[in-house]
Amino acid sequence: MVATSQNPSKIRIENLGVSYGPDPALRSLSMDIPRNEVFGIIGPAQSGKTTLLKTLNRTIDLVPEASVKGSVYIDDEAVVDAPEPVPAKSLTRHGLRDVCGYRRRIGMVAPLPVGLPMTIYDNVAFAPRQAGVKERGQLDEIVERCLTQAALWDEVKDRLTTLGTKLSGGQQQRLTIARALSHEPEVLCLDEFSIAIDPVTTMRIEDVLRELQSEMTIILVTNLVQQARRLARQTAFILNGELVELDDTEAIFSGEANDPRTNEFVSGIFG
Amino acid sequence: MRKSLTTRQIVAEWIIENLIRLCGISAILFVFGIFFFVFREGAPLLFGEGGFDLIKFLTSPEWYPSSNSNPRYGILALILGTASVSCLAVLISVPFGLGAAIFISEFCGPKLKEGLKIVIELLAAIPSVVWGFIGLTLMKGIIESVFGVPFGLTVLNGAIILALMCLPIIVSISEDALRAVPDSYREAAQGLGATRWQLIYRVLLPAAKNGLLAAVLLGVGRAVGETMAVLMATGHAVNIPIDGTPPYFHALDSVRTLTATIAAELGETAQGSPHYRVLFLIGIFLFCITFTINLVADLVVRGIRKE
Repeated sequence: MVATSQNPSKIRIENLGVSYGPDPALRSLSMDIPRNEVFGIIGPAQSGKTTLLKTLNRTIDLVPEASVKGSVYIDDEAVVDAPEPVPAKSLTRHGLRDVCGYRRRIGMVAPLPVGLPMTIYDNVAFAPRQAGVKERGQLDEIVERCLTQAALWDEVKDRLTTLGTKLSGGQQQRLTIARALSHEPEVLCLDEFSIAIDPVTTMRIEDVLRELQSEMTIILVTNLVQQARRLARQTAFILNGELVELDDTEAIFSGEANDPRTNEFVSGIFG
Repeated sequence: MRKSLTTRQIVAEWIIENLIRLCGISAILFVFGIFFFVFREGAPLLFGEGGFDLIKFLTSPEWYPSSNSNPRYGILALILGTASVSCLAVLISVPFGLGAAIFISEFCGPKLKEGLKIVIELLAAIPSVVWGFIGLTLMKGIIESVFGVPFGLTVLNGAIILALMCLPIIVSISEDALRAVPDSYREAAQGLGATRWQLIYRVLLPAAKNGLLAAVLLGVGRAVGETMAVLMATGHAVNIPIDGTPPYFHALDSVRTLTATIAAELGETAQGSPHYRVLFLIGIFLFCITFTINLVADLVVRGIRKE
């Protein structure tokens, strides 16, 4: 069922299983995520979408009761490599060791915006500073570029020194997108980014994503199935931690997908 | 089914309501009562009784309250005694307290966390006279042998004992402040590739700064107000531990604090005598200091709630 892509895949996931205590969140999931395009992931609540993203950027390590099995490769480099289930906090011994360095390669946007309690400027400069960028001019440049990309620059350019937490919900969400872009990620993960923002802003960000996909791989997890349809070339449908179907987006949404559950989900019968 | 209250229920309700009200008001009454009493005993001096000079009282280092020919009441040495012991105690306890709070809230597992919290609560439950006893015996010997001084009841001794006493307050309030930082901040920062230290230094400490400041201030309040332990551990000698010869601050000198002076001397003065009134004036002075510190801490904590 895996559709062939003209691009070689950026991320390869093989038999990935993640459990929180005894409860499985992902069961033996395998898929390839193509390079430099928007890849949609749809599925109802509790289907394991967020867990998948957490595993991709290795923040799953921070969940004390999680255990992980299977492999994740990014550019053929093993991020997770655990033939047998291992506690997530010991993943440094079963995959990539330099987790902090790795997370800087992945941009992550959470469902609800989290402006860190510092100025707008410092929010965006946070990751570059950690990565050792000290020169003011260089930081200025990064901040302006990222805020512009996130369609926020015009609104905040005169008040970069106000607290990021003082912005409105939609602005904060764009701030988190700017922040996720600040370390020039190879992969940008968006987890239901439009929950907290209005439709107009959502459309502006979708435009931004269309532009960005030439530079990076974008994984778009969304509850709004139409959003996947607008943006993604390929879409995966996940249900109860299992991959039901992965195909060209149009095939998924055509109403004639291979699996009847896909048709039911996209036409709003359940989910 | 009866819907209206019986007379008995109404009366019981009235009694209980007013009892609770009385309990609430009594707390305020006691505070004002204490303040009034202390003020009444000490205040006549402020209005010039017996040629009393407030400036001299605060700036003279001569504390000879029981001299028959010429009693002198200068509390500068006592103020500096309290200040030196408290400052040194805070300098010792703040880094340890913050470090412990960070460890408990960010690094240790749930089991160790519970254990540590219980032990720290226990530390708070040790009576101050027991701390004083430790200072008087154990710490005295340690300081004498480590620093080679003849007499181990010193500023340093009192400060270490006080630091240990302030520690539980600083740790538990700081830990509360750190725990109040939303987990989403931790996830966001670590998702951006922050190491643990970067997360603590760049995100958690700034986010919790008001709570941490309140913790430190309450620790200072405790240090300034503590009596028994410092009375026993600092040697109780009227002495200014600061002078013009290096190292300028002599942590191995004995001092006497404001609180210890009141505790030690009040029982031996005649009620209404100048000495008696001066001790109460010291009480007012202490009250003002701790009130200010607590007020500032309270305002800081309010500041947190507003955010």
